[in-house]
Amino acid sequence: MAFDRNGLAAPPKPSKLRWGELDEDDGEDLDFLLPPRQVIGPDENGIKKVIEYKFNEDGNKVKITTTTRVRKLAKARLSKSAVERRNWAKFGDAVHEDVGARLTMVSTEEILLERPRAPGTKAEETKASGDSLAQLTKGGAVLMVCRTCGKKGDHWTSRCPYKDLAQPVETFVEKPATAEATTTKGAYVPPSMRAGAERTGTEMRRRNEENSVRVTNLSEDTREPDLLELFRTFGPVSRVYVAIDQKTGLSRGFGFVNFVNKEDAERAINKLNGYGYDNLILRVEWATPRAN
Amino acid sequence: MRPILMKGHERPLTFLKYNREGDLLFSCAKDHTPTVWFADNGERLGTYRGHNGAVWCCDVSRDSKTLITGSADTTAKLWSVQNGTQLFTFNFDSPARSVDFSIGDKLAVITTDPFMELPSAIHVKRIARDPADQTGESVHILRGHQGRIARAVWGPLNTTVISAGEDAIIRVWDSETGKLLRESDKETGHKKAITSLAKSADGSHFVTGSQDKSAKLWDIRTLTLIKTYATERPVNAVTMSPLLDHVVLGGGQDASAVTMTDHRAGKFEAKFFDKILQEEIGGVKGHFGPINALAFNPDGKSFSSGGEDGYVRLHHFDPDYFNIKI
Repeated sequence: MAFDRNGLAAPPKPSKLRWGELDEDDGEDLDFLLPPRQVIGPDENGIKKVIEYKFNEDGNKVKITTTTRVRKLAKARLSKSAVERRNWAKFGDAVHEDVGARLTMVSTEEILLERPRAPGTKAEETKASGDSLAQLTKGGAVLMVCRTCGKKGDHWTSRCPYKDLAQPVETFVEKPATAEATTTKGAYVPPSMRAGAERTGTEMRRRNEENSVRVTNLSEDTREPDLLELFRTFGPVSRVYVAIDQKTGLSRGFGFVNFVNKEDAERAINKLNGYGYDNLILRVEWATPRAN
Repeated sequence: MRPILMKGHERPLTFLKYNREGDLLFSCAKDHTPTVWFADNGERLGTYRGHNGAVWCCDVSRDSKTLITGSADTTAKLWSVQNGTQLFTFNFDSPARSVDFSIGDKLAVITTDPFMELPSAIHVKRIARDPADQTGESVHILRGHQGRIARAVWGPLNTTVISAGEDAIIRVWDSETGKLLRESDKETGHKKAITSLAKSADGSHFVTGSQDKSAKLWDIRTLTLIKTYATERPVNAVTMSPLLDHVVLGGGQDASAVTMTDHRAGKFEAKFFDKILQEEIGGVKGHFGPINALAFNPDGKSFSSGGEDGYVRLHHFDPDYFNIKI
């Protein structure tokens, strides 16, 4: 074979394949048999389609269509060496990375730098955000009484510096008496139901859903920061979400805002329902709790 | 901001490091293979295969050509950044915990854990320009720390080595003679084990994070305490913004207590503090476990965090981050 190739001025690419040769090189690279890779787009939405063909383990031809959205990154000055590194070949485990591996993903949730208090206010003026127990003590003569160390007017219970030294307060954590009896049997008890576990999880969730406000009839290019800007004036906001179309990347016209305090949410509904925003009239109402 | 999630590691993250230009991000985890990512879009460039234990720390040379890693398999390795080939292996008698190249990349400091009867030690190694001439000899071996040494870094002009660890004392050593120059004060210093140490961009001061739920800012030459940042959870990782006067602390409750509580109660945020006013600016949530590693991009416009959950989260700041006022 080698002799043949050397002796003749063979064309650079054998356009016709002899079946005899095919059998001999079984298991060799046959990728040149496949149709070429096809790239469509990116279109105006930045959607790019790459159509590739390859052989699977059984030797069948498989067509792989990968749809990706291309986004322009913010302008950045790059050094020469950084640009050069950009074109480095992948190595190690990154060479055999499958299309479906999805090692790198963009978070679906918008993460905010959560301020401990609204900008412009001092630490002393901090609202006892959402802490209904703290609000009960508000009516009393002393505004702040720490339930852990008993200090008055110095800090809230949640900010107590002696928190770890003190025993957990029995009156606020209702421990189910039955749970202790069942654990001895060896039956599984979820961590949240075990004796001594903090049972904040479900309560927090319920509270979050209670103060959730639904905003509809938003304009297409409204984003989470815009919505936050609009609702932040009413009080501390714990979550902002705008439903976004996966394909176009534009807003689907509705979103949710969660307030820390119920009163703030109420005021926001009263003020913003029917408010003109971006040439559309907003509809703001309580979000109906999910049925589950 | 929408963080980029990088799921390349199967075990908890231990360390993150950007190169000088900030276009590459190196991540170390307990799963034996350090990984390099493009720091703009989070695409994986490659992995460095060869270690046989958890990788605790790494550092990259100024020209982004050489990587050094320290691992629990009792070795520290030099790698070619571009193609992941091993250039040299330093062998020790106990796990290597922390590695740091000196200014000029001619020296490296490697710390080893206490193991069997051996005490912990700080090794100063010469790094040859050509990997073929590299030897495993130590220039100095510094001993004196009780327990593990969490981190050792070079001081200004390579004249000193600063180390901190489980015994909660920060020590400054002369890198020429190997003598102990200064120790941090018991009164002002940390009360529990120091977990992390990070230098400022100009190398004039550094911040340490500790299990005693605080982070402290120190002058690198005189070792005087400048500021203290108090939080409500143990601090596992610290970093400083090279652009703004911000200090970022990462931590969380113990891994054993994580399943007992709601993830929102775990305090797994990266907390931003004003460096000068010592006041909290805000928190960035997202991890499902304690944060073990933090790193700021040298341009100050993005930062990444690595958690016990095995994820690296790469955050590019929104424009309004740059004009936050307290």
